[in-house]
Formats: sequence, C-alpha cells, structure tokens
Amino acid sequence: MGIRFVLLVNKQGQTRLAQYYEYLTLEERRALEGEIVRKCLARTEQQCSFVEHRNYKIVYRRYASLFFLVGVDNDENELAILEFIHLLVETMDRHFANVCELDIMFHLEKAHFMLEEMVMNGCIVETSKTIILTPIQLMDKAS
Amino acid sequence: MNPFSSGTRLRDMIRAIRACKTAAEERAVVRKECAAIRAAISENDQDYRHRNLAKLMFIHMLGYPTHFGQMECLKLIASSGFPEKRIGYLGLMLLLDERQEWSGLGLQDLNHSNQYIIGLALCALGNICSAEMARDLAPEVERLLQNRDLNIKKKAALCSIRIVRKVPDLAENFMSLATALVKEKHHGVLIAGVQLCSDLCKASTESLEFLRKNCTEVLIRILRDVSNSPYAPEYDISGVTDPFLHIRVLKLLRLLGQGDADASESMNDILAQVATKTESNKNAGNAILYECVETIMGIEATSGLRVLAINILGRFLSNRDNNIRYVALNMLMKAIAVDSQAVQRHKTTILECVKDSDASIRKRALELVSLLISDANVKPLTKELVDYLEVSDQEFKGDLTEKICSIVERFSSDKLWYIDQMLKVLSEAGNYVKDDVWHALIVAISNAPDLQGYIVRSLYKAFQTSSEQVSLVRVALWCIGEYGEMLVNGAGMLQGEEPMTVTESDAVDVVESALQYHASDITSQAMSLVALLKLSSRYPSTSERVKDLIIQHKGCLELELQQRSIEFSHILQKHQTIKSSLVERMPVLDESVYNEKKGSPSTNSIPAAKASKPVATGASLNLPNGVMKPTTAPIGDLLDLSSDDVPAPKLATNDFLQDLLGIDLPAAQSSGAAASGGSDILLDLLSIGTSFQSDSLPSNNVSNSQLNSSVVSPLDNLSSITSTSASLDIGVSTIGPVGLMDQKSRSPPSTATAPAIDLLDDLSNNMSLPGIESRDFPTITAFESSILRILFSFTKQPGRPQVTQIKATFSNKSFNTCTDFIFQAAVPKFIQLHLDPASSSTIPPSGNGTITQTLSVTNSLHGQKALAMRIRMAYKVNNQDMLDQGQVNNFPSGL
Repeated sequence: MGIRFVLLVNKQGQTRLAQYYEYLTLEERRALEGEIVRKCLARTEQQCSFVEHRNYKIVYRRYASLFFLVGVDNDENELAILEFIHLLVETMDRHFANVCELDIMFHLEKAHFMLEEMVMNGCIVETSKTIILTPIQLMDKAS
Repeated sequence: MNPFSSGTRLRDMIRAIRACKTAAEERAVVRKECAAIRAAISENDQDYRHRNLAKLMFIHMLGYPTHFGQMECLKLIASSGFPEKRIGYLGLMLLLDERQEWSGLGLQDLNHSNQYIIGLALCALGNICSAEMARDLAPEVERLLQNRDLNIKKKAALCSIRIVRKVPDLAENFMSLATALVKEKHHGVLIAGVQLCSDLCKASTESLEFLRKNCTEVLIRILRDVSNSPYAPEYDISGVTDPFLHIRVLKLLRLLGQGDADASESMNDILAQVATKTESNKNAGNAILYECVETIMGIEATSGLRVLAINILGRFLSNRDNNIRYVALNMLMKAIAVDSQAVQRHKTTILECVKDSDASIRKRALELVSLLISDANVKPLTKELVDYLEVSDQEFKGDLTEKICSIVERFSSDKLWYIDQMLKVLSEAGNYVKDDVWHALIVAISNAPDLQGYIVRSLYKAFQTSSEQVSLVRVALWCIGEYGEMLVNGAGMLQGEEPMTVTESDAVDVVESALQYHASDITSQAMSLVALLKLSSRYPSTSERVKDLIIQHKGCLELELQQRSIEFSHILQKHQTIKSSLVERMPVLDESVYNEKKGSPSTNSIPAAKASKPVATGASLNLPNGVMKPTTAPIGDLLDLSSDDVPAPKLATNDFLQDLLGIDLPAAQSSGAAASGGSDILLDLLSIGTSFQSDSLPSNNVSNSQLNSSVVSPLDNLSSITSTSASLDIGVSTIGPVGLMDQKSRSPPSTATAPAIDLLDDLSNNMSLPGIESRDFPTITAFESSILRILFSFTKQPGRPQVTQIKATFSNKSFNTCTDFIFQAAVPKFIQLHLDPASSSTIPPSGNGTITQTLSVTNSLHGQKALAMRIRMAYKVNNQDMLDQGQVNNFPSGL
C-alpha cells in the first residue's frame, strides 16, 4: 500500500490534519496519534527522520511549528517520502503563499483537496504542483 | 458564496476551539457544536449542510465521534453542485469506512459529463470501496482507463489498484490496459500506471509473466528518458527530474527481474547508468540511488553491478546525514543475504553506528551487527559491544544486553570465553539480563567442572563492585553456595589468574550482604538463605554465624523466607546427621535437555517422549556416589518431566518443574499465573541450585494442605526415614508430585483414610489421587452418599478459559462391590458437555480403589455464569439396582 497515513501535528502535539488510507476506529486513531506524537516530537534535530513504530515506519519532517508525519510500510523508500513531504509543503506554499498552521486550520478542506490530488489509496498520483492545484483554483474562481 | 472558506461560522468554531485553554473547555465547545449540527441535520437544513460537514470534519480530526454526519455526506454527494459534491466526497472519505454502502451514487458520478466529478468519484472509490463494490464497478473503471482525459486515466489506474487488491481475480482484466498506460507520456499517468503494474505482479503469476514479457522494455525506456531528460520545471526536484517516477519504475523492475535472468540481463545497463550518473549530493538523488541499490540486490544482477551497489551503500554509511546512514544500514541488512563478504568490509563503520546518539540508527546497526557475526569475528565484535555496554544510554542497555547475550550464547562453544563475556554483561547490566539467559549460564557452569573454581572467584570479585545487578547477585549466590570451598582453597586455578585470598567468613559476608541488601527481592534473599545453608556445611567454622543469620529471618514477613528460615534452622540444629548429604553439590544439569527444552517449548505437550527417558537414566548413572541417589531420581525426572505423559501447560505444578530447569515457557507461565506465588518462587529457586531437600519441605506442605492431617513437623518425618529405601522416597516426594506420577502409581495405593503418621507415605498416597493435579481449583466433593463418594478435580488448558476438564473420581464406601456403574450428567443449555468412558464399571468396596471418568465442559458464558450440573449414578450392589441423583452446585468460582 505504501503510505498508510499522513498526519500534521503542531509543536504542542495537536492534530492539524489527518488522512488515513486504512480504516481505523476513532479510538485506534487517537491512540496511534498519541503514541506517534510522543515518539517523534521528543527527537532532536540531529536524529534521523525515521522512527519505527509498531510494524511500520514513520517518516517525519519539521517545518517551523508543524510536524509532517507520514506512516509508511517497511519496504517504502524513506528518502522519497521525505521528498514527498517537501513537495506537499511546497504545494501548500504555492497556494497559500507562505503557508502556516493557521492556513491549514482555517482551510482544512483545501489542504485535504491537495493531499487527495497527490495521494490516492496510499499511492502517489501526481507530483506536478500545477496539476495538483488546478482543480482547487478552478473552484476558487467559480465561487 | 464559497461554502468552504467564507462560512463565518466555521471560522468562529475553529477560533472558539483554538481559544480553549483546557481539554475540558474544548470538549464543551465541541459538544455544543455537535448539538447544533445534529439539530440542523434533523431539520434537514439544506443551506448549511456543506458548512456543517466541514465543521464535522474538523471535529473528527480532533478525535470526537461524528458518525451522525455520515448520511449528510451522502446527501451532499447526491446534490448537483460541484462544491457540495466536493465536500461531500471529502467527508465520505474521512468519516466513512468501506462498510458503508454508497455504490449507487458512485456509479452515477462515474458516468458524469464533468471530468472533475468523475475524478472525485474515482478517488473516493479508490480510497474506500469494498470488495463487493469493487466487483460491481470494475467494468466502469476499465472503461474510464481508456478515457482520453489524463486526469481521469491516472485516477482510474489507482482505483484499479484498489479493485485488484480487493478482488485479485479481476487482475487479468486489467493486464493489457495497464501495459497501455505505461506507454503514455504524462507523468501522472505513468506513475499511476507503473503502480498498477506492480500491484498486478503481486496479484497473480500470470500477470507477472505477462507484464515481464510486455513491459520490461517500455519501463527501461521510461527510466532512460526520465534520467536523461533535460530540465523539466514541473517535475524537477532539486535538479533531479521526477524522483518519484524513477523510484516507482525501479520498484517495478525489481519485481520483474526477481528470479528471471533474461529480464535482469536487459536491465543491467540502465541500472548501471542510474547508479553511476545520479547526483548523490541531494536527498532526491540519494532516494533514487537507494532504490536502485535495492533493485540491484533484488534481481539477478551481474557481480560488477553488485559491487557498484555495495559501494554506494558504503558511501552512504560514511555520510554525515543521519537519514542516509539509516537507509544504508537498512539496505545492508538485505544485502547481507546476497553478498555477506562485501558487507563485512564495512564492519567497523557499522560498529560505530551502534554507538550513535540516534536511537533509530543504533537499533538498525545492532541488528546488522548481530547478522554479521561469524566464528571468525565474534570475539572482537563482542568485545566492542561489551565495552560499549559500559557507556551506553540506560534505555539502550536492554536491547544491547539482549543482543550480546544471544550472540554469546550462539557462540558458546568456547566455554571460558562464553563465561567471561557473561560475567562482564552480568556485572555491567545484570538488571537487564533475562531470566532464561542466566539460567542457561548456570547450566553451563555446572557442566564446566574445570572452570568452576575460576568462576566462583570471578563472581566473588564482581560481586564486590556490582552488587546492585540482580542477576549477577543470583548467579554469584548460586555458585558460592555450590562451589564455596573452591572460593577459599583456590582450587582449579587457571593460568594467568590472579591469586586471591578469601576467608570463609569473607564468603559468608558476601552472602550476608545480599541477604540484608535493602533492594534484594524475595528470590535473591531466598537464594541467599540456601547458599548460607550450603556454606554451613562447606565451612564448618562459620556454622554458628550462619545459624544466627538464618534464624534472624524467623520472623520475616515474607512467608517464603520465614518458612525457609525456620526449616533450615531446624536442619542446622537437630539434623546434623543428614545435613551433609542434604546440601551436597547439585548434580550436573543436562545441557542438551535444557537447550532442547528451550529451543522447542512445543515439545512439552508431546506425551511420553521416549527419547527423554534414556536421558534421565543417563543422568543418574553419571552420579559420582551412592549418597547422591536420592537427588538423582528427582533430577532425572525433572529433566524428563515436561515431555512426560502429564499434559504440561495445564498443571501449575508442572510450571514449577519447568522453572526448576529455568525454562520459562510462555505458555507455562500464563497458566502458572493462577498458581500460588509463593510456591512458584520456591521452585524457581530450587532450579537454581537449592539442594532438593531444602525445598522438599515447603513443597510437601503445599501438596499436603488439603490433607490437614499431619501436624507433625515434616522434618521429624524426614529424619525418621533415613534408611535407604525411604531415602529414595524423600527424593521422590521432594520434587513435587507430578513428575513422579508414573512411578508412584505403580506402587500399590494404600488406604486414603488411614491416619497420616508417615508423611511421605501419606504423600505418595495422595499423589495417586488426581486431586493433586489441579492447583488452580480446589477439588470438590460433588456427591456423597452412604455408598458412593464422587470427587471432582479441575484442570484448564491455557488460552481456553471456557473449557474445563473435570476428572471425576468415584469411590465406594460400602463393603460390597458396585458393579455396572454408569455415571450420567446433565448441564444447562449454555454449557456443552462431553463424557469420556469411565476407567471401569466396577468400584471395589471399602474405598480400596477408585474409578475415574473425564468430563470435558465448555462454558459458553464463561465469566458470566457459573457451572451447574445434575448427575445420576446407576449401579448394582449385590445385584440390586441402585440409583442416586444429585445436583452439583459447589463448583469453584471461575470455571
């Protein structure tokens, strides 16, 4: 499956965006998010960006106050996922112009739309920022 | 109005939530909002439906239940406007799971004229469709795969992945469509198409063959094009064109090349090109190189290519970036299977990584090191690891200790080295050493007669510096107890060993300090007491002091210690005659049996393994002299036991016996949970070298607790039977009833009602009663009349709490034989009953024998309702028909 979930968490450990590509119940999600946040946020800058958790890996990257955490299968290319995170940030940046935590909070659905254009069923679909953003821009224009 | 961003109320809600200082405040805000949304839903409010859903998504993200909004998603999807549909689909994917039914709506939108709406439906399907939906919608998706629009094509391709995963039979329908996709130019379509191909390869071997034949060339071309392509701004990531596509293609090539020489051959060139030409100073380039190395390792590559790949990993390993080093270690683990020599070359670098400050890297490196270890390098590598143990982080010590122990055990053929390393580990990280590891060490020590002197002296030294390490203390106590005289007289001095003078009282000092140490647990303290008892015989000069020390614990609050203290002081005061034979050195523990047990815990349940019998006799033959005989029998039986005809896991007693050997079987442990803690520890102790007699006393008490007949001190009994024939009995009875069941049952049972004067006799009698077997539940008297008495004893198998095996024992109190005995039982509906045939239909008179029958009861309401049973016994006495009936209500709770 590749990507199992994409999670955005702020420094305080509050979830800011969560997209799961396998079904988890509410309780499972809360527990998982809690565990991951505890594990990843405690790490220092010098440590590597990969954490093994349960039977998969978490690849994470920090941008200012936001942590982007991606859960992937063990055979996934961790370095490529790091690039993917960066691509997601760049895409958001292009749309929101200097994206920050508040942009994502107040435009949660747009952040989701972007992610949906990029990842489907745990696989990467599109890596061109222009193509990712086209439908969102069209919708903005229409309204 | 834009329903998503300008709905002020959504913003207000988010602001309100952000302003919350505590979790309680947040819950209050969310509760209020949810109430408002529920109200709006029940009024079927149309205007704010999308806004409510957007709020629900936010609330859902915060981790609150939002199931009541699921229908709203479907309503929004059914509406005609794109924005409503858009948010409806988003809500669908976030709030619903695949169990929800929505295929009708999906089908409608798959046929929509607007490409974006088709895209939405495909995306939702691809994310959450169920197997049934996948089957229903597959034809539509196949059609859309051939759509002219590229966005639809790529989404249809990913939707097909879900369909193929859910219904692998459909894979063949997609094979040729997938090959068409990889001929496209558009990157999105390509990346989706390549992923579809990968999934098809995994779904069936036919599609793998098909794609290998039809796609390999195309994929190689894609890879060449993308890696040679000039700057493409849309797909450029730090100077590399579309690393994602690179990686997907490389992954697929790996699947195609695996185990196929021809396909691998055709890939060699392009892989070499990617491996050499890709920029390695940027993360994106390294990601490609990493994938390329994995592909080279995965396919039937030429040796030149493999060398290239390993060299790339070597470069990665010395990279300053932790991420790169991590993936290198990860990859080297896989490479070890292909070319372990090449990996060996990086040994020193890998060893450095074990000492890294980053836990993820350390963990990977440690795994890798343990794979790298071979006969040739085990000594230097272990030395490095043991040295590092001294300085490593507390939280890493556990992992590291475990690995070192497993490495050292794996290469334990050099006894001295093994023991030396273990001593170091014990003194550095004895608190992290697992029980079975130090149990194994003791078995090894008992098998190394030439080294015992050296070992006990080293342990004595180590104890001086590291007395806080629990397992070091325990091993030291055991060895000082066993080999105390070697500590003092310096016997078995090894070459190069530093001579040291230890007086008898020094040795007692050590044991005393372990006994008095404030943090010692019961096990260590109990082991100290045993060691003291043994020392009192090894060092006659200290016996008065030892006696005082032991007596100090007479008033100990721990029952276990108190009991030992009292019994040991009895031995010291009143039974000097037998003391020396009581505290003889333990017989050599059989290594092969121990290892076998440890290696294959499953053998436990194999009944009466014949192979173990000769081992038992072998052990007794090895014994040096006749004095030891009593010990031999139990030990032999002990070793024998878990494969003996007693079904092991269900008996708590058995658990003890396995503990005796220090075998901690998970199954046995779980079943042992119900057993009384005290005796568990007790026998655990025995395992590590208490002389058997010292333990016999409490264990007798345990098994005798049901009798309540003998108030005579067991010791007096012991002393009264010093004759040779009885001494065998001592040995036999000491180690607990179960192991000796077979032996005992051979001896004719004496009357159960006879007053118990001779404790041992009594014990043996008891042992033939099945009641002893079940420690977990007391045996009950299910029925008693002037003629019949029926006892029920219970056993349970671990992991199946609802199933109880009841062994019914029938005895006849009258003076006439009962014949044609038939036992019947009835149970309520929630219980299933299975009756095995009785051992006989005749019960001898006057309690001179019993018959047994096994009942298997399955309580489907286990934990809710207790067992209940009606029983009926039909039999003949003097040819006269008799009928007894009764109801059993006194089952122990928990059945």
